[in-house]
Amino acid sequence: MSAMALELQGVCKSFGGVPAVREVTLSVREGERRLLLGPNGAGKTTLFNLVMGDLVSDSGTIRLFGQDVSRLRADRRVHLGLSRTYQVITLFPKDTLAHNIVLALLGLSRSRFDPFSLLAKRGDLWERARAALDRVGLAKLADRPLSQTSYGEQRRLELAMALAQEPRVLLLDEPLAGLSREERRDVQDLLASIPREVTVVMIEHDLDVALSFAEKITVLHYGQVIVEGTRAEIVADPRVQEVYLGA
Amino acid sequence: MKRNSVYSGLRPPSVAGKAGSSIVRAAIAVLLLVPAFLPFDYYVNIATQILIAAIFASSLNLLVGYGGLISLGHAGFLGTSAYVLAWLATRGELSHLWASLGALGVTTVVAGLFGVLSLRATGLGFVMITLALGQILWGVAYRWVSLTGGDNGLSGFSRPHPLGIDLSSPGSFYLFTLVVFVLAFLFVSVFVHSTFGAGLQGVRDQPRRMQALGWDVWGIRFVTFVVAGFWGAVAGVLYADYNQFVSPHVLALTNSAEVLLMVIAGGAGTVLGPIVGAAVVVLLKNVVSAYITRWVMLLGFVFVLIVLYMPEGLVPGVERLRRRTVRRGAEA
Amino acid sequence: MRFFLIQSLNGLALGGLLFLLSSGFSLIFGLMRVANLAHGAFFMLGAYVGLSALRAGLGFFAAVVIGGLAIAILGALLERFLLRKLAGRLLSQVLITLGIAFIIGDASLLVWSGDPMPLPIPDALAGVVRFGSIFFPRYRLAVVGFSVVVLAILWVALERTRVGAMIRAGVDDMEMARGLGIAVPRLFTLVFCLGAALAGMGGVLGGPILSVYPGLDMDMLPLALIVLILGGPGNLLGAFAGSYFIGFLYTFGQALFPDLAYVILFLPMVAALALRPQGLFKLRAA
Repeated sequence: MSAMALELQGVCKSFGGVPAVREVTLSVREGERRLLLGPNGAGKTTLFNLVMGDLVSDSGTIRLFGQDVSRLRADRRVHLGLSRTYQVITLFPKDTLAHNIVLALLGLSRSRFDPFSLLAKRGDLWERARAALDRVGLAKLADRPLSQTSYGEQRRLELAMALAQEPRVLLLDEPLAGLSREERRDVQDLLASIPREVTVVMIEHDLDVALSFAEKITVLHYGQVIVEGTRAEIVADPRVQEVYLGA
Repeated sequence: MKRNSVYSGLRPPSVAGKAGSSIVRAAIAVLLLVPAFLPFDYYVNIATQILIAAIFASSLNLLVGYGGLISLGHAGFLGTSAYVLAWLATRGELSHLWASLGALGVTTVVAGLFGVLSLRATGLGFVMITLALGQILWGVAYRWVSLTGGDNGLSGFSRPHPLGIDLSSPGSFYLFTLVVFVLAFLFVSVFVHSTFGAGLQGVRDQPRRMQALGWDVWGIRFVTFVVAGFWGAVAGVLYADYNQFVSPHVLALTNSAEVLLMVIAGGAGTVLGPIVGAAVVVLLKNVVSAYITRWVMLLGFVFVLIVLYMPEGLVPGVERLRRRTVRRGAEA
Repeated sequence: MRFFLIQSLNGLALGGLLFLLSSGFSLIFGLMRVANLAHGAFFMLGAYVGLSALRAGLGFFAAVVIGGLAIAILGALLERFLLRKLAGRLLSQVLITLGIAFIIGDASLLVWSGDPMPLPIPDALAGVVRFGSIFFPRYRLAVVGFSVVVLAILWVALERTRVGAMIRAGVDDMEMARGLGIAVPRLFTLVFCLGAALAGMGGVLGGPILSVYPGLDMDMLPLALIVLILGGPGNLLGAFAGSYFIGFLYTFGQALFPDLAYVILFLPMVAALALRPQGLFKLRAA
């Protein structure tokens, strides 16, 4: 049995008394493709924030490859192999696409401490950035400022940034949101091309793509895990139908 | 604040081509050297003051323009350095070299301490904490008379004699300042275009995202704070040497505001901005004060006008105009 | 014992003046998220205006009213024509208040010259009040009393009036307040005006105790800042408690350790910053 890449145990988070995540316990095996489902407000993105370290949990533990990271700063978690994409655009609009990727690459590099290494001269970084952009079909736009790209292109950049960091655990927050049909197909191919060893947890509402991608599905509702299982099990489960049709 | 594209590099965008930019650089070098040999002491001294202010403003710009952290206590570093130098050179009876090193060392430690305190907040909180900390230093200089001489300040030390060269003449001191200025300019240029500098600007623009990309946001800000403090200290040493006198005024809030104005007026987040801003403010101060005694009120009005109508500063504004004329020229 | 009592009263009087200064500062910051760096200048200018009113032969109480009114008008003009232009740009607003502070400071120097000038204590409040063998200056007691009255009035205004409710709503949650249809721009002008008026009156009332001199503005501003940090933004009772705390701290510090008094003043602020883990300024997106 392969190791547990990500383990959550009794994780809770409230905002001003309103619980967003309630006693969530789940485990994702290394190399697994997990889908997080749930209606809006179920706490999925909050959960991602907690796993990433963008938010600190009120209680419970979060383990990354067996290591307790519950109190660890977000950047340290990245160094353990965690990467995520964001639903809302939090990129660098005045910089080129290549520069955006470079910032992701530097985040894991010792050079980030170096005040004397001129960025323009770092051909190695710029090459890797272009390769990362090429993987998502954005190589031609490498020198375009982000503000001059479309929403779909920016979403693909998000993915490129996360993949460029060669993570061990990848959190994808609605990677298909706002994309055209062709773009969705491209991203779907991309998702399929992610190396097998990488553990992927995805939030997504496009069920066609998501269900075909996922091996196991966790359904959240009001911050709690309702059901977990394979695609077939989930689709047949009456509780899931209630959550989506009843709520 | 306008973001510097990394491709603008060390060289200003060259319109006239490679040959042109070498000529420009040669011209600048000549211009910078001229004051050393002019017989007009008054103007040479102004040039010196501009260079010292430019170093001071550039140090603050690391925090303000590139780090996105507005400090209203930066005079604290220039002042602390100046006072420590003065104190060590007079009462401490140290040689100028050791006094200078002591000034730089002490001020850097103070910058470290202040950085830890100030970085408990960002944005407006940071502004206010730095203001308050700067005031503490001013209060010490003003009230602790036995240590700092209070309102009378500290004097009685001479200019340094690096390698035996006498710097008492305006021209020679100007050259000395110019050497330090060039070093500072080179440091800043490399610093902001380095991988660390890219990280700093990334943190300025999207701090939470940077943290989630593996950057230590607090660490970057802290290091920048200390580096800014260090170069502020360098300016302080020059300031003390130039005036051969230090008084509490150097630590006053007006001084912190003045250097902030230099950065904002010239263009925060550009390498040339603070230098231009320093020149403008120093010239205004010296030229204007010959005709109008209400220099501070004018500073206030200039501040207000710039904030209202030219918040990005002179250098980006001019750069924008130039690009527009170049484009129009190319299309013609 | 005598020393303690006298210093305590001095501390109280200073606390009262600080409350007049910082209540406005705190309200302005709490509602508008603007750190009004001209607030010390408002205090000083109010004192100068009061001085001129007294010189023109008016009574002390008239001088207080005129001082407050003049600064209120100035505040209204500044808010309406400068700050409002920069709505949403917090940093620009703060910087512009700094520029205004400079202008007011230097203009005051021009009009009233550089000599420190104490304001005369009105006859009605002159003299001492006797408690046993201790004599307290009546004026200082009056200042304390006045600050308590102001606190009461402000408290009632905030808690019991519609406008007060709107202000409190804005302090708590600006987005929600806007969503509820509260006329935010007018509220801003009102609060800025009010804060300015309080500072102006405080300046006149402080005249007999602190005198008025160039630099008073920059002496008072950091104190308002400390009280804001200690008391919390938009928190009236916090401003009251913080003002008196600082008043005491400063007075006793001055008396016991004159060289270090200024530093002692900032120690609580430094402690607050060091101990409160999240920092003190959780600003919402403007």
